[in-house]
Amino acid sequence: MEYTGLNNYVRLFNDITFFKSIGNTLIFLVIHIPLQIIVALFLAEILNQKIKLMGAFRGAFFLPVIVSGVVVTILWQQLYGYDTGLLNRLLTGIGLGKIGWLTDPNIAMTSIAVMATWKNVGLYIVLFLVGLQTVPVQYYEAADLEGANHWQKFFKITLPMINPTIFMVVILSTIGGFSLFIEPYIMTGGGPLNSTVSAVLYIYKQGFFYYHMGYAATLGLFFALIILSVVVIQKKFIEKDN
Amino acid sequence: MASIAPENEIGSLTIVPTSLTLSSYEQMVDKIPIGGAFINSLIVASSITIGVLVFGSMIGYALSKLVFKGRDLIFYVIIFTMTLPFQITLIPQYIIMVKFGWIDTYWALIVPYLINALSIIMFRQYFKSISDSLIDAARIDGCNEIQIIFRILWPNSMPAIITIGIITFMASWNEVLWPLIVIRDESLMTMPQLVTLFAVGGRAESQLGVKLASAVMLALPIVLAYLFFQKYFIQSMASTGIKE
Repeated sequence: MEYTGLNNYVRLFNDITFFKSIGNTLIFLVIHIPLQIIVALFLAEILNQKIKLMGAFRGAFFLPVIVSGVVVTILWQQLYGYDTGLLNRLLTGIGLGKIGWLTDPNIAMTSIAVMATWKNVGLYIVLFLVGLQTVPVQYYEAADLEGANHWQKFFKITLPMINPTIFMVVILSTIGGFSLFIEPYIMTGGGPLNSTVSAVLYIYKQGFFYYHMGYAATLGLFFALIILSVVVIQKKFIEKDN
Repeated sequence: MASIAPENEIGSLTIVPTSLTLSSYEQMVDKIPIGGAFINSLIVASSITIGVLVFGSMIGYALSKLVFKGRDLIFYVIIFTMTLPFQITLIPQYIIMVKFGWIDTYWALIVPYLINALSIIMFRQYFKSISDSLIDAARIDGCNEIQIIFRILWPNSMPAIITIGIITFMASWNEVLWPLIVIRDESLMTMPQLVTLFAVGGRAESQLGVKLASAVMLALPIVLAYLFFQKYFIQSMASTGIKE
């Protein structure tokens, strides 16, 4: 076995598309994670109030989580399609122009991020629900006595108390987001002008489409190191926020 | 939004179908071996689940109840493996499969997933809460270690087994990337994999209905299972926080 040594690394650092794929993945995360947290937290708050319907809604929201990403992607393709997609047909129906959800390089990744949020929000709603229910009721009662309104209660009591849950949600969605593969693969195959190529998709193509095995392995290692650093940074960042 | 369940108009492009037809499903069954793929997924997912439960509980037992040198060290190593993103192991694992000659076989799909760090950790955790005296009594009665695991521990750990079982089954059923890598033979493909290739590879020939039909078929088993076991599903996934 011959060692190509550092050749692969040299190649890596000259590979613009690879860095673009990492960038795409990061764009995805930057959109997906805050969206996820806001939506999930919001819905969890609402569900937390009306305990009667909670079971049914929770069940409905959770369904997309366990359904295969393949199915969700095919479904959303029907929404996002340029000419035949539901969204654009609605838009033209009311007289507005079509939007290139998947054909515009600037918004393709965002479209995928929104879909991913829809798919996984149920899991995070459930996690947040659990977290919300651990906040002692006395805190809220004390706040009520002092005349606090809903927003104050939320920002001063709820948020700090569920910090561990928020942290867990961030880490989970980060790690999950880094493995983004099947959605871009089915949706756009890498997308308009490589705007939706996720890192894993790129590695997959290098290894199994072009059969650059050694190179793909190098890419994988490099990418894994990036993931580790991001997670470590996040840990430091969010634990300081405490 | 939650009401957009995976049900689609069949065979028609309008928003409200003018007539329901099963012809899409017929075409789909003709074009791709969807039934075979379903069985493949079933075999693979079940084998992995059973394997994970068996091995996970065995290792978890050893790590929680037995005493031997290096026990804690092994445990930390196992935890460490969980921190490594799968992207690194993807290619090397593929190469191993090639060297073993396991490409295009069930082995490639099942074996890499048999030992699952998460299940080991969960089993270990759960077993710790089972009293030692129960196990000692069994030993006195002459049980060997294997019997202890399956006759004593398992019946007492049903919640853990159900949780881990559901998660494992679901995760392996939905797994697509790995099958795409190691399986080229259509008769061995798992269901998500087949549907993916069908949707992406143009075999659908821009016939929307057939594409959607296959997607529905893929979603159906999980949705049905979910409807029956909803409570367990949510509990399981929430307690470990895994997302698909």
